[in-house]
Order: sequence, then structure tokens, then C-alpha cells
Amino acid sequence: MEKIPILRMGEFLLVTIQVDMHDRLAMTLQDDLTKRISETNAHGVLIDISTLEIVDSFIGRMLGNIAAMSRVLDARTVVVGMQPAVAITLVELGMSLPGVRTALNVDAGMKLLRESLNGHGENGQGQSDGRRL
Amino acid sequence: MATTLNQKASGLGSIISQHKEQILSEWLREMGGAARRSDLIKESELQSQCSRFIGLLADATGQAGTTVQSSAYDPLRDLLTDISKSRAVQGFSARETAVFVFSIKRPIFTTIREELSKDPAGMAEEMWNATELLDSLGLYTTDAYLKSREETIRRQQEEMLELSTPVVKLWEGILALPLIGTLDSARTQVVMESLLEAIVRTNSQVAIIDITGVPTVDTVVAQHLLKTVTAARLMGADCIISGVRPQIAQTIVHLGINLLDVTTKATLSDAFALAIKKSGFTFVRPEQKKNKEQEED
Repeated sequence: MEKIPILRMGEFLLVTIQVDMHDRLAMTLQDDLTKRISETNAHGVLIDISTLEIVDSFIGRMLGNIAAMSRVLDARTVVVGMQPAVAITLVELGMSLPGVRTALNVDAGMKLLRESLNGHGENGQGQSDGRRL
Repeated sequence: MATTLNQKASGLGSIISQHKEQILSEWLREMGGAARRSDLIKESELQSQCSRFIGLLADATGQAGTTVQSSAYDPLRDLLTDISKSRAVQGFSARETAVFVFSIKRPIFTTIREELSKDPAGMAEEMWNATELLDSLGLYTTDAYLKSREETIRRQQEEMLELSTPVVKLWEGILALPLIGTLDSARTQVVMESLLEAIVRTNSQVAIIDITGVPTVDTVVAQHLLKTVTAARLMGADCIISGVRPQIAQTIVHLGINLLDVTTKATLSDAFALAIKKSGFTFVRPEQKKNKEQEED
């Protein structure tokens, strides 16, 4: 069965969606990710959807759900690299994903995660330059 | 029956071709009153158009009678289309363009009367044929005129759509989208797409939508703006709406539109200052910088 790999990078988890999402794959990802968060005690999840070109209301809801679940498990979620067409589709579907943080690319997303951790008081190094998204 | 009709119709054709010169001069005189616009069209151009029209009319009626749909009328129709188009460009009204064709009625009727004065039944028949023919040609002219006008309007709309959505880069990571003119659904769609594509292309974190040039903001426009802001946020960019004029602020509140989740600024410069701050830059005057350094020393 197809699976979306979840990579561990320090205290963050990295999910790169590189295939077309269908509903069962999304449910599997939700299961796997929550399991991995509690296993690894991760504090941040970065979901890269830059190659995702087709999205429906189910996938949109799934992104929101994943963010909410991670929040419950004490991990911040950042969705990065959303394509313009995908963003327009989600907005037209009436899904503004209010609980999800977003960034333009993986770089900006990692920075955002680190900042939110700093703000959280986990590790005091690094300085916020005032950029908040 | 059909052959007799055709013969009579071609009788009209022979009458026209025999009296071309006479009809032309009377026609030009006729037009001198109602439809002549010497400020818009040259005498010589009008004359050549008229003589070509009469020539083609004589050919077509000679070949196909008064059956306007037949292919013998194609050259005449093409000529009328050309004339209508040029009239539309030159600034003639629809009436003035149609009168070009209708004003030939009297000269032709006069000629028919003179020619068939001894045959009242034939005269009535030819009159009716001529009326029918010229009416349909006149209507065709009006149609062609309107079509060319509509084409112009459509082309201009498309051009406006293309011209009206420039996305400009203000600073590293800061985009601005100055909107001018009324926003409708089609335009906002273009605006939204070009802004989002520019965000990806330039890797910008902040986008400023300036609505100084938007005359009115109603619920539809506000909804479109909110959609654009939300879509940009989903991609990871911040949107600031600037250039909100006092009347527009009042309208927005009266309409009950919720813009609380969106950063709004009164002027583009305020929005730019905020964007600079958000991107982690600061602007310092050289003297202030010097003073600061001295203080630190």
C-alpha cells in the first residue's frame, strides 16, 4: 500500500506530499503522523505540498485536522509551498484553514517553526527578527 | 412561377444597370440633406463607395433577383460590412449608417416610375421588390455596424483587463498591487491569480493591495478582496490592504463587512512601512545613525 514518508529532522517532522492525495492516503497519513508525533515527542510538523496540484474539500479538511491534532499533541504545524491554484480552490470552497500556519517555502517554514519554539521557551538560542507570518 | 419572378426581378437589375449614372447623381444629392457628414467623410470617398454599391447592386439583382441570401449578393454584403465598419470607426451614428442604404430608395423608385409608366402592375411589382431588397440591405448594414461596435467594446474590455493588474515589486520580498477602477468578478479573478503567481515567482512574504483607485467598495468587492487575502495567507504570504478612503471605511462598517482579520492601512506609505518592519528591515537617516553611534560610544 502507498504511504507518505514522514522524516524526522531533530525535533521536527517533515512530510513531503509528492503524489496525488486520495482519501484513504490522507487518512493513513493522519494516523501515521499522530503516531509519529507521540513516538518522537516532536514539537513541530512541516508539511510540504508544493507538488500538490489537485485538492478537494476533504484534503483541505484533513490539513486543518492534522494541524488541530498536532496542536493537541503539543506540536506546531506549518504548511508550506501551496500553489496559487490550490489556494484559490480552497478559498472558493470556503476553507480558509484558520488554525493552520503557512509559509512560502521549506526555508521560511523551518524558520517559522524555530521561532515558534523559541517563543515557547524551549531553547533560548537564536533571535527573532520580528518577522511573523 | 419562379422563372417569371426572376425575370421581373432581373428587370429591376436591368433598370438599375441602365440608369446607374442617373441614380448615382440623384442619390448623392439625396444624401446631401440627411446623411451627409462632410466633417467625417470625404466627398470623393463617399462617391466611390456609392458607385461601387450601385455597380454591385446591379450585378447582384441581375444575377439573383431579389434573393438576398444567394451567393451573388456576397460581394455586396462584404462591401456593406466594410462600409459599416469604417463608419463605426469614423464616428457615424447607427441611423446615419443605415440612411446610406435607405436614401437610395427615392432615386430607384423615380427611375422605376419613369421606366414602367405604361405598366402599372409591373411598376407596383418592381417597387415592392426594390423596397424589400433595400430594406433587408439596410437592416444588414445596421447589423454589421452594431457588430463592429460590439467587437470594439469587447476588445477594449479585454485590453482593460490586461492593463489593469500590474503587480510591482517594492522591495525584496514586498509586492504591491495598485488597483484602479471598478472591481467585478472577472477582474478580481485575474487580480487574484496574477498576485498569487507573482508571490510564488518573487518569493515575497508581504503583498500590499492598494485600493486608492477603486471608486466604490460593496459587499461583492469586499468579499473578493477577502478571498484574495485568504488565498495569499494559505500560500504563506501576508496581505495588507491600503488606500482605504474615509467614505469607503464608512461604507464597509455600514454594510457590516468584517475586515478585522485583515491588516488595513490608510495610505500606501503606511502599509509599506509596516511591510518593511515585518520583513525585518529598518530605515535610518544617516545623521540619526551617526548620533546613535556616538551615543553608544
